[in-house]
Amino acid sequence: MTDTKVLKLNGLSKRFGPVVANDDVSLSLNRGEVLALLGENGAGKTTLMNMLFGHYLPDAGSVEVADTQGSLQALQLGHPQAALAAGVGMVHQHFALAENINALDNITLGSEPMLSLRRNRQAARAKVEELMARSGLTAPLDVPVGRLSVGERQRVEILKALYRDARILVLDEPTAVLTPQEADTLFASIKAMTKDGLSVIFISHKLREVLAFSDRIAVLRHGKKVGEMPTSDADENMIATLMVGAETPKVTRQAATPGTPLFSLKNVSVSGRSKRDTLNDVSVTVHANEILGIAGVSGNGQTGFANLVSGLAVPSNGTLHVHGEQIAHPTPAAMIEAGIGRIPEDRHHEGIVGAMSVAENMVIERLHDPEVQSRGLMRREAIQANAERLARSYDVRGPGTDAPARLLSGGNIQKLILARVFERSPRVILANQPTRGLDMGAAAEVGRRLLEARNRGAGVILISEDLDEVLGLADRIMVIRDGALIEAPNRNRTQVGLMMAGEPA
Amino acid sequence: MIRIEPRENPSRAFALGIPVLSALIALALAAIPLLAAGANPIAAYGQMLKGVFGSVFAISEMLTRATPLIFTGLAAALAFRAKLWNIGAEGQLYLGAMAAVAVGSGLLDISGVLLVPLVIVMGAAAGAAGMVAPTYLKVRFGADEVVTTLLLNFIILIFLQMMLEGPLQDPMSLGWPQSAPILDQGVLPPLMDRMRVHSGLIIGLVLAAAAQFMLVRSVWGFKLRAVGENAPAARHAGINVNRSLFGVAAISGALAGLAGVSEVAGLKGYLTTDLSPGFGYTGIVVAMLAGLSPAGVVIAALFIASVFVGADSMSRAMGVSSFLADLVVSMSLLCVLIGGFLAKFRIERTGRRGAKA
Amino acid sequence: MMDLFNILVTESFWAASLRIASPLIFGVLGALICERAGVLNLGIEGIFVVGAMCGWMAVWLGAGLWGGVLVAALAGGLFGLLHAFLTVPLGLSQHVSGLGITLFATSVSYFTYRTALPNVSSPPRIEPFQPMDVPILSDLPFLGPVLFQQTALTWLALLMVALVWYVMDRTALGVALKAVGDNPDSVDAQGLSVYALRIWAIVAGSAMMALGGAFLTMSAFDAFFFGMVNGRGWVCIALVIFASWRPGKALLGALLFGAFDALQVRLQTEMGALVPGQVFLMAPYILSIVALVIAARSADYPRALLTPWFKGQR
Repeated sequence: MTDTKVLKLNGLSKRFGPVVANDDVSLSLNRGEVLALLGENGAGKTTLMNMLFGHYLPDAGSVEVADTQGSLQALQLGHPQAALAAGVGMVHQHFALAENINALDNITLGSEPMLSLRRNRQAARAKVEELMARSGLTAPLDVPVGRLSVGERQRVEILKALYRDARILVLDEPTAVLTPQEADTLFASIKAMTKDGLSVIFISHKLREVLAFSDRIAVLRHGKKVGEMPTSDADENMIATLMVGAETPKVTRQAATPGTPLFSLKNVSVSGRSKRDTLNDVSVTVHANEILGIAGVSGNGQTGFANLVSGLAVPSNGTLHVHGEQIAHPTPAAMIEAGIGRIPEDRHHEGIVGAMSVAENMVIERLHDPEVQSRGLMRREAIQANAERLARSYDVRGPGTDAPARLLSGGNIQKLILARVFERSPRVILANQPTRGLDMGAAAEVGRRLLEARNRGAGVILISEDLDEVLGLADRIMVIRDGALIEAPNRNRTQVGLMMAGEPA
Repeated sequence: MIRIEPRENPSRAFALGIPVLSALIALALAAIPLLAAGANPIAAYGQMLKGVFGSVFAISEMLTRATPLIFTGLAAALAFRAKLWNIGAEGQLYLGAMAAVAVGSGLLDISGVLLVPLVIVMGAAAGAAGMVAPTYLKVRFGADEVVTTLLLNFIILIFLQMMLEGPLQDPMSLGWPQSAPILDQGVLPPLMDRMRVHSGLIIGLVLAAAAQFMLVRSVWGFKLRAVGENAPAARHAGINVNRSLFGVAAISGALAGLAGVSEVAGLKGYLTTDLSPGFGYTGIVVAMLAGLSPAGVVIAALFIASVFVGADSMSRAMGVSSFLADLVVSMSLLCVLIGGFLAKFRIERTGRRGAKA
Repeated sequence: MMDLFNILVTESFWAASLRIASPLIFGVLGALICERAGVLNLGIEGIFVVGAMCGWMAVWLGAGLWGGVLVAALAGGLFGLLHAFLTVPLGLSQHVSGLGITLFATSVSYFTYRTALPNVSSPPRIEPFQPMDVPILSDLPFLGPVLFQQTALTWLALLMVALVWYVMDRTALGVALKAVGDNPDSVDAQGLSVYALRIWAIVAGSAMMALGGAFLTMSAFDAFFFGMVNGRGWVCIALVIFASWRPGKALLGALLFGAFDALQVRLQTEMGALVPGQVFLMAPYILSIVALVIAARSADYPRALLTPWFKGQR
């Protein structure tokens, strides 16, 4: 039974301009199997699945999907509708949910006749309720999706696929937004459904969960399939080597003794518009020679905390001190002035002005520096020289310092921001999700730079949803949950995970 | 199957060529309405050309028409650069004109030398106020400035009628809604004898050059561009976004106000409710044709003015409605939009390999 | 104060309010449909002009009143299609495209009118829609004159409110429209076409806007004048924010506006000696800005409004 093929990808290739995203990739999936598709960011995992689902049209290759009788049929490419009809369901990393309509409507969207003046919701509701009971994935059906939690939204996404009678389910980084415990529950549900014949491909770069939950592993690198094996034959080192193509660069942290307090919050609250940018009575001190790691499930106030340190949010009460001096009216400019270097979470949206040049983006935080301007006019030669120097020492690669910053790759944009921030030798550094979306080499480089800064005496605040990253880099760990910060008593992975989920440690 | 792919790095020649090509295509498309109106398009184009470049007088008329368009074009270009949608240049123009006649027509007793600068400063200030107010509503209450500036145009026009039937009415006008004339000392002097082209044009050209320089070279221009291209990133980097917005709002409004000053103190001499045949709205087209570059505004304003003057003269000679000019202007806006798209993206036909089997 | 009260209880005042509100109802509904699908349509002012001109001209050429309504809707839809082409598959700036449509639609209408009627001193008139006398109901006290002596186009406007409400709230199409304006990916992932939904929404919304224009030449007046739309389109753009993109509130907003406009006309005649008439003329526009300022902060904008979406770029 397990060797019945339900899906075959034959030699799929896809180019975006000069970039080869997928090069002659073939894969197959058996009935009831969980296949993990592994690879670094940019290895082509998501592109491959988007071709399967019809979002992208491949330049070459074909896809075959088993019909209900079990015989393989060619899939019409480039049409999500064809993929849906063939029983392929996809759960995207960024949820494809409309927040202004309820879960039931999101689930049934597109499966009702559009021009009918009447709707029969009874049958649809019954079917969804039956699916919820069978899969163990439940969510409120009558509330606008905007009011559901991230975990509930993800369940709605999976129910959407199951409602369309998906026999093959593709999950793109399903655990990125979940606590370790939530992730375990999700995988248990998936395992149970595979018993009923569901076949699953899940995309991940987390080696641990891949080893724990998959039956088989396929690894992509630079758009090519570089390895495929039963999970029982794989180990962490071997997969990592396959993914990166060489030994994984390891960043090792040596213990350090924290110095004087550099940055402190006393009973600070921030009233935001949602849970993600709200803080409740937070007190914390960051010392010299210290990396403070803030772990937590996304949307628990990380944005609020980062906004506060960046000067974008004004505390509704409490005090904020930098180097012992109170900052009464925090603004981004005041924070920069006080010597805080900030690496924003969304580097495209907050980090750079994409239409302006690399050189201009490198001086955007110091427009009043006489080195950059004199009498209100930009000093172009100095700015150019500065850019070339920084590009060299931080290895920012791209079409040149005159080119618009948006033409840089994600990793090089992050290097640009690092260059801008570290160049000023800030005493306090806020790094919000600094390695998100970077490949392993670039991520290791970010980690190395943060440790370097800490070793020369800076205090670093590292906010990350990747618990392993926090455990690897931080000297001290706090957990953020519902806008509150709690000190972790130890570095035990399970215990910190439980704290993230809101259970007593 | 058609696919849209972004161009890696659109070439400079392409960026410069697109507006020129769009303008020419729009002009060519005018053949359709010309034919519909029963005119011979070739003859009509000939008439238009003659009407614009046929004589020194014609050229002077074209430059006269271009003058307010340079001001309103700059007003739109600078504001749009900061993604501040000032659609209210028409109203701000009238605010500037009202301020100009209020101080320039002898209501206040001011010595001659000072009158011209005073008229200019007051007109600019009135226009600036007309844009700062909706910017405040945007920043403070989140009220969309597109809608507020559009509605303000109507409010200001009604206010103008009220003023021209009230405090600003010329006592000698026999009840016509018309202001008293600007005193001779307050008039922007003409540039040529017996021609209408006046020194407002010089002011416009100087301001365009200054705006171009400031936008590209100054810290102020750097901030403005950063705010327009990515306001959250600009704010994160310590730029005071609201201050930048208010600054550009004031300058944009002032430029539109100067269009009114220039028309009333340079050309007409007095103020009526039909001072502007939509210069404010046309300024938006000028700015878009110019790719929001101040230097480009000058060229675009000359082109649009040529269309208007040429169409007017063609209309008189051939009896085709002069609304043809508005038609060409609006079509050139749509053409430059599409052209801008083609400069940024390639449209690819994708073969359907794999699906053939 | 007594005067104001006297005005507010007269039948003619409320009948006038509904009459003034009618074109705005069409306009707000049209803008609502477009924006619910995620596209701002600033072409509205020009599409009003097109509707007014085409509707009138069709009747003038002998198409009959309902023929004129149809022609107006089709012409509006056509300009909507142009806006849709520019903003949906091409993803161009909705602001600039909309303003371009307004300039284009206005100049096409004016040019056509001028070319068809080169030398007329006073605009030719048509026989417009007449108030419908509904037996018995028209004789009801108060309600009779207010509701049942309106023209068929006012009734059409009220019918459209109900229709749009029903479609938005009770049909699969409405759900899909709301979804495409909130998160186009949600629609795409379920195999529906984002482009088709948005394009048809803009075409339908623009046709609706054109009916607002047609009301002006075929019900409120009996001829076409230059400048007759006079900012009504922009008022609708403000009202749709005030209405939080809900048809019921859109009707309420249009009626409030109509009542205010009717009131200012009456106050003008009563108090004209004390205050210049223009103060009253300005009031409706000021009211629109005030409504916008009040509603803007709390407004629940369709999340995908103004954001273009391209297929295959997730």
